[in-house]
Amino acid sequence: MIALDIGWGTVLAIKTLIVLAFVPLSALILGYVFLLKMMSHMQSRLGPMDPGGFHGWYQLVGDGVKFMQKEDIMPTDADRRVFALAPAVVVLSTFLVFVVIPAGPRLVVAPLDVGVFYALAVSSLSVIGVLMAGWASSNKFALMGALRAAAQLIAYELPLVLAVVGVVIQAGTMNLQGIVLAQQHGAIFSWGGIGRPFILTQFVGFALFMVAAQAELTQPPFDMPVAESELVAGYMVEYTGFRFLFFFIGEFGTAFAFAALAATLFLGGWSVPWVHGVAADWLGPLVLFAKVMFVAFLMFWARFTYPRLREDQLQALAWKWLIPIALVNILVTGVLKVAFS
Amino acid sequence: MKREIKGMLTGLGVTFKTMMKPTVTVQYPHEREDPTPRARGVIALKEENCTVCMLCARQCPDWCIYIEGHKEQRPPRREGGKPRNVSVLDRFDIDYALCMYCGICVEVCPFDALFWSPEFEYSESRIANLLHDKDRLGEWMATVPEPEPLEQGAEVKGKK
Repeated sequence: MIALDIGWGTVLAIKTLIVLAFVPLSALILGYVFLLKMMSHMQSRLGPMDPGGFHGWYQLVGDGVKFMQKEDIMPTDADRRVFALAPAVVVLSTFLVFVVIPAGPRLVVAPLDVGVFYALAVSSLSVIGVLMAGWASSNKFALMGALRAAAQLIAYELPLVLAVVGVVIQAGTMNLQGIVLAQQHGAIFSWGGIGRPFILTQFVGFALFMVAAQAELTQPPFDMPVAESELVAGYMVEYTGFRFLFFFIGEFGTAFAFAALAATLFLGGWSVPWVHGVAADWLGPLVLFAKVMFVAFLMFWARFTYPRLREDQLQALAWKWLIPIALVNILVTGVLKVAFS
Repeated sequence: MKREIKGMLTGLGVTFKTMMKPTVTVQYPHEREDPTPRARGVIALKEENCTVCMLCARQCPDWCIYIEGHKEQRPPRREGGKPRNVSVLDRFDIDYALCMYCGICVEVCPFDALFWSPEFEYSESRIANLLHDKDRLGEWMATVPEPEPLEQGAEVKGKK
């Protein structure tokens, strides 16, 4: 890496621009690869084939342009300022998660010491945006969707955080960069061939994290808030054009962010065994991207397979199963950590 | 509990296997799927069989068949006979913008003047052009497949 002598303002601007550009891009990639293509093939069809020439890769870009051209409709009774602000809050929470995810030994926007805590905290900001959207729409379906979303997001926030605690106990740090290094330098029974990805020791945590992340994204089978057969589209029902596009970017950008978090926490993030120094700087982002795509594949595979849970089943799963399992997982991890160290 | 988990894994297996299999989609404008021989694509008119009896127009649930005709006198068949009255078809239009492809007209025609053809590529950018007149309907006759041979041992009706 070349050391450049530039001021902190320029650095900040560059970092902001990279994050701003990357979030929509990640939403496009996930939307195209999984929503358009993988889902189509799972239903024995091809999906878009013509736009852009090669397997319809341009379809989502075209959709985005279409959304920008659409009329910006606002309900007469809407709380105008809150209505306009809500999509921005949802997208903002997505942007903020990307800030702490390391893509290489030195490639991270802000290596916070409380990285995991920060990421999970800002990712739950979207609840506020969703509630704002539902309330400001002055539409009963939007409000019901928003309330369901709030109940669900709060219920699944707990197992999400508790599932990560096991990893934090093992790594001894909340810094995401530190967690990656702990996995890279770890050893399985004193064999350090592939490091020690926490998915091996924290498999329960990984499973809990994936289920809870699925619910946080309000994806099927946990899509009660946007259940289109009963609530049309839940809290998004009154949104059109550019604001709807914001919600779309928020949904898939957050999916990418959660996949990146899972890849960092459980699969070793950017690290590759035996690769260190400058090579890791260049290889890191690619490796992280590959791992993210793998985790996202698992997420969307479940999304396109399972039917929707009922509201009471959804709450029961969180409170009766996931949270107790997560607590036991923390207990066992803590006991083992003390016993073996 | 064991059953539920097995069911969930089976579900994942189904979607994964489907993803790996080739798709059933036919990329229509690029590749064409052949319709089955007896597909209901378009209705063809054999004009010389039509007697302007109007049965099809009256049975049509959508009222999409328009028929006009007149009577003409023809010379007698045999020397010294009476001159014949013959119905001549002036207009026979089917409006495919209204047609629902029920096939009642084909069923009801007593003189075998209407037939199903499997052709389906006659879309138009102007809706008025979907009204096919009797010349256009006559052109479809060339695409009507031969009736399938009778089953073995079936009794042949009509002229021997």
